[in-house]
Amino acid sequence: MEGSSFAARSIQLSFVAIVGGAWYLASETGSVSRLFLPPPREVHAALSRLVETQAFWSAVLVTLTTIAKAFAMAVVAGIVVGYLVTRSKLLIKVIEPILSGMFTIPITLFLPMFILFFGIGTGSKVAYGATYAFFPIVLNTIAAFSKAEERYLRAARSMGANAWQQFRHVLLPGAMPVLITGLRIGFFICFASVLGGETISSVAGVGRNIALAAELMEPARMYAWILFVILTSVTLNMVVHSIENRVRSR
Amino acid sequence: MTVQTLPQAQSGPMRASFARRAIGSAFVLRISLIVAIFVALEIYGRMWADPAFMRPPTAIFDAFLTQILPEPKVIEALWMCVIEIAAAYALSIMFGVIVGLVVGASRFSRGAFFPIVLLLYAIPQVSLLPLVILMFGLGPAAKIAFGFSHGVFPIIVNVVAGMRDVKELHLRAARSMGASRADTVRHVILPHMVPSLFTGLRLGMTMTLLGVILAELYVSQGGVGYYTRVFAESYSPAPLFALIGCLAVIAILFNELVRIAENSLTPGKRRTRALKSSVKE
Repeated sequence: MEGSSFAARSIQLSFVAIVGGAWYLASETGSVSRLFLPPPREVHAALSRLVETQAFWSAVLVTLTTIAKAFAMAVVAGIVVGYLVTRSKLLIKVIEPILSGMFTIPITLFLPMFILFFGIGTGSKVAYGATYAFFPIVLNTIAAFSKAEERYLRAARSMGANAWQQFRHVLLPGAMPVLITGLRIGFFICFASVLGGETISSVAGVGRNIALAAELMEPARMYAWILFVILTSVTLNMVVHSIENRVRSR
Repeated sequence: MTVQTLPQAQSGPMRASFARRAIGSAFVLRISLIVAIFVALEIYGRMWADPAFMRPPTAIFDAFLTQILPEPKVIEALWMCVIEIAAAYALSIMFGVIVGLVVGASRFSRGAFFPIVLLLYAIPQVSLLPLVILMFGLGPAAKIAFGFSHGVFPIIVNVVAGMRDVKELHLRAARSMGASRADTVRHVILPHMVPSLFTGLRLGMTMTLLGVILAELYVSQGGVGYYTRVFAESYSPAPLFALIGCLAVIAILFNELVRIAENSLTPGKRRTRALKSSVKE
């Protein structure tokens, strides 16, 4: 990594320090309304109060369950549909542009439809998150399996590999890197869209609690929730990257 | 084994030519698939669907003509949406290119600042949506701000990536042939950056659309979000679908605009390859 030099590291650290210091000064001196920017100690107090409540953990559980369901559906549907499409060059030519064209439109547009169909509960968020995450997964699956080198397949065939062996030892290893990238992108899109769906219209979950704290004008609580989401997502990022690297290096 | 593979090898060329002809008509097939989906929706909507949740496409188009077009307030909300997207995208390009050029200027600045950009990019911005609305109010400012904060990062990242990938060999060749610093930027670095820049602009547009739409839907007191809520709560799917359709058309037109700009400004590359554009990284 290029940023490992001492000077670069100190610039990064001082960036964090400046942001933190500016937050502290601006909020403590009252030059910014505490409605927008509560002092760090208030946010800290709100966060430590929050994690002790039962409501906090049940909201987190609702969101995590929703994400897990949505992602599982997107993975199964995306990989199965993607793989089947790549079994024919014609199908790729017909279907891939439709899917990639749809993916450039924000699927968020259809959130009101999901809420109309599945109600305001978690069902609409599962469907919305699954639909959004389906696209990167299916597109990367198509890209991954359609790139398979014909001559490797021919070599495997000429050495007597059956259909399953061709898939297991030629197609799948070749497809794995792009496939994994699709899963990672799909996961974080799923994460963000479930949160967004909850923020816009729901009755429970983390996103709902952020919106609720904003509506009730409780900035410290809102910042505490936001901080929790950011920390969770940074942790998830690291976990997912290490999984990805492990799968790739195998 | 040889006996098994022999018939395959014989039918190979014949099948290939058939496949080639069929691929030539892929466009026709694609269009007919889309038409078939609409016909299926029409039949389903007329025969079985509950009119409180689902209406056939013709009824939705009818609602567009009778309930969307004649309503000046709905049209105004949609037009506002267009302005917000354009403003947020313009800001994203401006700041994205400037910040990208500064961050990517040298190996040192890239090492120092790029991790900060990536860290900010990784934050799930949707968790900040209520805060952005609190800060900028319910009007267009909040939506522009949210669209901008979504759109700017992919542009920065791709500008930096484009500058990083300039080949040292080309730079040295230009220098050894007596190119000045300005010449090098004009004739080596900029042309090299164009593909990567447009990848950023395309992604930036997708993200700007996402940011603006998210903020529009979140604010249910006015704008498009108000009408989606009213239509959904009164169980009138036809105008709701028509409104969503209008937004989808707006999104498609903005995306097309970027694609047309890309195709006309990228030398030697007539069409964006669909497969390449679909993979985000």
